Amino acid sequence: MPAARQTTEQVLELERYKHGFVTEIEQDFAPKGLSEATVRFISAKKDEPAWMLEWRLEAFRRWQALDEPAWARVDFPPIDYQDAYYYAAPTQKAGPKSLDEVDPELLATYAKLGIPLGEQAVLAGVEGAPRYAVDAVFDSVSVVTTFKKELAAVGVIFCPMSEAIREHGDLVRKYLGSVVPVSDNYFACLNSAVFSDGSFVYVPPGVRCPMELSTYFRINAAQSGQFERTLIIADKGAYVSYLEGCTAPMRDENQLHAAVVELVILDDAEIKYSTVQNWYPGDKDGKGGIYNFVTKRADCRGARSKVSWTQVETGSAVTWKYPSCVLRGDGSSGEFYSIAITNNRQQADTGTKMIHLGANTRSRIISKGISAGRSSNTYRGLVSAHPKAKGARNFTQCDSLLIGKRCAAHTTPYIEARNASAQFEHEATTTRLSDDQLFYAMQRGLSQEEAVQLLVNGFVKDVLQELPMEFAVEAQKLVAISLEGSVG
Amino acid sequence: MSALLKVEKLSAAIDGKTILDGLSLEIPAGEVHAIMGPNGAGKSTLSYVLTGKPGYEVTGGGATLDGEDLLALAPHERAAKGMFLSFQYPLEIPGVPALTFLRTALNAQRRARGEAEIAAPDFLRLVRAKSAALKIDFEMLKRALNVGFSGGEKKRMEILQMAVLEPRLAILDETDSGLDIDALRIVSEGVNALRAPNRSMLVITHYQRLLDYIRPDKVHVLAAGRIVASGGPDLALDLEREGYDKFAALAA
Repeated sequence: MPAARQTTEQVLELERYKHGFVTEIEQDFAPKGLSEATVRFISAKKDEPAWMLEWRLEAFRRWQALDEPAWARVDFPPIDYQDAYYYAAPTQKAGPKSLDEVDPELLATYAKLGIPLGEQAVLAGVEGAPRYAVDAVFDSVSVVTTFKKELAAVGVIFCPMSEAIREHGDLVRKYLGSVVPVSDNYFACLNSAVFSDGSFVYVPPGVRCPMELSTYFRINAAQSGQFERTLIIADKGAYVSYLEGCTAPMRDENQLHAAVVELVILDDAEIKYSTVQNWYPGDKDGKGGIYNFVTKRADCRGARSKVSWTQVETGSAVTWKYPSCVLRGDGSSGEFYSIAITNNRQQADTGTKMIHLGANTRSRIISKGISAGRSSNTYRGLVSAHPKAKGARNFTQCDSLLIGKRCAAHTTPYIEARNASAQFEHEATTTRLSDDQLFYAMQRGLSQEEAVQLLVNGFVKDVLQELPMEFAVEAQKLVAISLEGSVG
Repeated sequence: MSALLKVEKLSAAIDGKTILDGLSLEIPAGEVHAIMGPNGAGKSTLSYVLTGKPGYEVTGGGATLDGEDLLALAPHERAAKGMFLSFQYPLEIPGVPALTFLRTALNAQRRARGEAEIAAPDFLRLVRAKSAALKIDFEMLKRALNVGFSGGEKKRMEILQMAVLEPRLAILDETDSGLDIDALRIVSEGVNALRAPNRSMLVITHYQRLLDYIRPDKVHVLAAGRIVASGGPDLALDLEREGYDKFAALAA
């Protein structure tokens, strides 16, 4: 290919994925490959107590006995787990105490990504400065967490997982692995052995968290995986809204991201968890991109507890992800709102599980899948009612939109009602973005791109409005960018 | 006076089948012309070819708006130049409030013409005034465009869009179909209010009834892909009395 054209294409690609840059920074790595020594290396790096190391080693032993799952409707070459780094961290002395101590390169990275790490701006009353706390995770470590003091004043703990293990050991030990057991599945088990950083949140009884909490995950190092671990506990009557965002540089190789997120919700508490996932999706021919193999689960342990998952999934080469709700407490409820967009050669197999165990539990699923290019997009969902889940109710609406002629949408709902009083409703539609609608909008003056954006935004509106306000606008733009060039 | 819209020996086909066969038509600025004709004569095809709907192949002739070649432009560019089509079957746009749709369209056209976007308060004031004239409940404009609207509501919504977008040439494709007599009167009054010295209209209809309300300057008969007869408003009355057969014979 002539150099000029190649350059043009690279520029176009960069235009499309604005977060694809690499930060030049000195980093520490674990020796390449995965062994007991790797697990010990990570644990030692994080200065963990003995019980945590034991927990990891046990997970590693179990992982070796497991096989990679093959049931999802995704297709990728075998992963060589020995050909990757399991720990990469910017070189620095002990964790920075304040923003002033954070490497300016890192601060510049987050500034470029539009992530507000400057709580001073907010505290100083700068107009327009968003007021939410951020935990910024760069490869395997958290580089800074904002608003910790202000949150601590009302008893909310918001800190990197590695800090929580050292300083809030009792809470972590009580809840870690209690929602997603160590050997729950292949990727969760791997995560349990080698997890690096993530966020820990504890909201004490009766406290309504005074601001949005968010974690921003960034993969930077080449040939490395990211294994974040997040644990959020809402004690009795507590409330917290949490958002995570993710991006990565553009690379020709595939990189693994295997996260575990556990939510524990006690009596009358509520967690609202939102995700805007924009990992590098690979180029238009399917080269490179992140393998996003994630286990997310909420345990509504207490009576009348509530959880809602909202996800906007636009990135990653392959997505394997089912944020689920275990509705254990009587009268508890779970919600799942999802927008999953695949373009070019992306593959997504995503959905949710609503497991009704308690009486009068309710759940609601709204899933909007959009496939374009030559991508494949599968909704996979389970709704089940245990014999004791008297009066359980679920409503599921599952809509697929196809753009173009070479993409695929699949819907695979599993429904199990093991008591006669459960009421489940399932509605599903599949439509193709209609040429007539496009022409109608274009006749009124919209360009083709604008027409597609408008129609798609209409399609996903029910889910977008579930996102916190600041992020809804961002997500709307992301939806548009993800579908650029999908028609015509 | 030179014509605003000039169609010259226009031929067009869809899937290899010729629909328009050397059609010529001129509409001077400020005039309202009606096109009548039997089913399958090519009335809707003419409106689609002029506005650029994909799938139609122009096989000969041309069309200009104010001297500018229309056929070389994309549909949205034609819209920005002032072409407007009131659809026979307006499309439903789920999840997009009518107001959002209308504002997006207006601003897209303004940007294309190098004009500033309209400010939100000005836009709302404009739409409130125009919708009141068409007896459209403003609350309805907060609902998804055309979703669950009755046939009459959809047609009134088309005229509202026309009133807001202020085109130079408006094509009304069977705007009377599906309207009861009251709705027909409201829609027609809306259209008549938009008559202006610098705006032309092409009214496509089956029936003379609409022309009692929207008085055309000229009436053309379209049969077998071309204009076979033209005349004053009385031509519509002749057609109503005698049917299209006589004119179909002229086309053969």
